[in-house]
Formats: sequence, structure tokens, C-alpha cells
Amino acid sequence: MVPLSYYLLLSAVLFSIGVVGVLTRRNAIIIFMSIELMLNSVNLTLVAFSAYMGTATGQMFVFFVLTVAAAEAAIGLAIIIALYRNKMSINIDEINIMKW
Amino acid sequence: MNIDTVVFFVLSGAAILSAILVITRRSPIMSVVFLIANFIILAIIYLTLYAQFIAVIQIIVYAGAIMVLFLFVIMLLNLAKDEQLKEELTYRKRVGIGLVVVLVVQLGVGLFVSVGKHPDKLAANAEKLGTVESIGKILFTEYLLPFEITSILLLVGLIGAVVLAKKRIG
Repeated sequence: MVPLSYYLLLSAVLFSIGVVGVLTRRNAIIIFMSIELMLNSVNLTLVAFSAYMGTATGQMFVFFVLTVAAAEAAIGLAIIIALYRNKMSINIDEINIMKW
Repeated sequence: MNIDTVVFFVLSGAAILSAILVITRRSPIMSVVFLIANFIILAIIYLTLYAQFIAVIQIIVYAGAIMVLFLFVIMLLNLAKDEQLKEELTYRKRVGIGLVVVLVVQLGVGLFVSVGKHPDKLAANAEKLGTVESIGKILFTEYLLPFEITSILLLVGLIGAVVLAKKRIG
């Protein structure tokens, strides 16, 4: 039987890869995909804890995280389309209208 | 080493590899393909944890709906030729990598401190937890209010996406 720590370690590694993606890439769509990667690694933690602790609460949280991710993807991609229409680019270095 | 551990290591290796490929590919289309692969591998890991319902909605909602939306937007923006962004190592990127190292150290310390305090085997009732019956029962009793609020969230998302993406008229 695999100990819970292995799942937590895998989840931590996937989360870190997602963070690297957000901080180093400049293509807005790939940054967005890295965020999905991070959400998924958190889901893995919740499912693992749910199975090892013997309550279904963790899986309920995953359900709600999935809904939030769906709404977030729709809004985020709409924002990317709006940005592309205004700037003709999705390079985040060129998108600085909110910069102080 | 028993079969569970071998399966876990194979799956986690594949998951990490596909995640690395997602953030290193130049073309967004390749990233989407590897992200779908990553989602499917995670769904299989959920199955090994007896979370059937979560595994199924992971494939239907994530790999199905959300990633199709991504592909659709990539197609709509037609970035194939001009958007091969130069990815060079700026000072901001170095600061970013430094922050990642700090995060990894924090996660490592957290895991190291808590090692040995986690349960080492699945709960006795784990097999019954992830079924549609069990999830449905708890969703429509204990978590009824959050479930209803979720519908408002989706409505807001729907309206927001339409308002943001529509062309301004006049």
C-alpha cells in the first residue's frame, strides 16, 4: 500500500511545476494552463486525504474546485480574447495597462 | 515492492513528465495536448484512490470541456506563426526561479516535519466513499447550500464571459 506522503510529495512536485510555468512563461495561454496544473495538484491532495481519512468531504471540495475552474477558464479565456483584440498580442510583457 | 507501489511510481512519473512538457513546449497546441495527458493520468490516480466519480468528472469536465475551450481560443486567435515568443532569461525570470526555490524548500520542510504522522493505509471505508451514491447523498444533504451557490457562480461566469468577449458596438 502506498503511504499518504507519496501522494503529497507528487502533489507538491506538480504544484511547483505549475508555479514555474506561471513565473517564467510569457504566453498568457500557457500561464493559464499552468494555473490549471496547480489547481489539479491541489485536487490530488484533497482526494488523497479523503481516501486516507475516510470522509467524503475532500471529494466534495474537489467537486467545487472543478466548478470554480470551469468558471475561471471561461472568464480568463474571454479576457485573453479581449486583450488580443485590443493589443494584437498575448505576450504578457506587452500587456501593461494595469501597471502602476 | 508490491504492485500498488509500482503502479503509483509509473503513474506519477508520467504525470510529472507531462507537466514538465506542458510548461516547456513552444507551441500552445502541444501544451494543451500534454495537459490533457496529465489530466487523464491524474484521473487514473484518482481511480487507484477509489474516487470513481471524481475521476469521471475529471475526464468529462477538464479533459473534455475546459481543454476544448482552450483549443477553441487558440484556434480563434490564430497564433501559430507570429506568436512564437522569444523566451529569454530576464531578471524577472531569475527572481521567479528564486521564488520557486523558496516554495520548494517550504513544501519540503512541511512534508519532512509531518512525515510519520500521516496514515499509511487507506481508510477501511475508502472503497465506498467515491461512488456516485455516496457523493450524491452528501452533496444534496450536508453541502446543499454550497451546491446551490455554485449555480450562481456558474451564472456569473457565463454572463462575464459573454460581456468580456463580445465586440463593442457603436
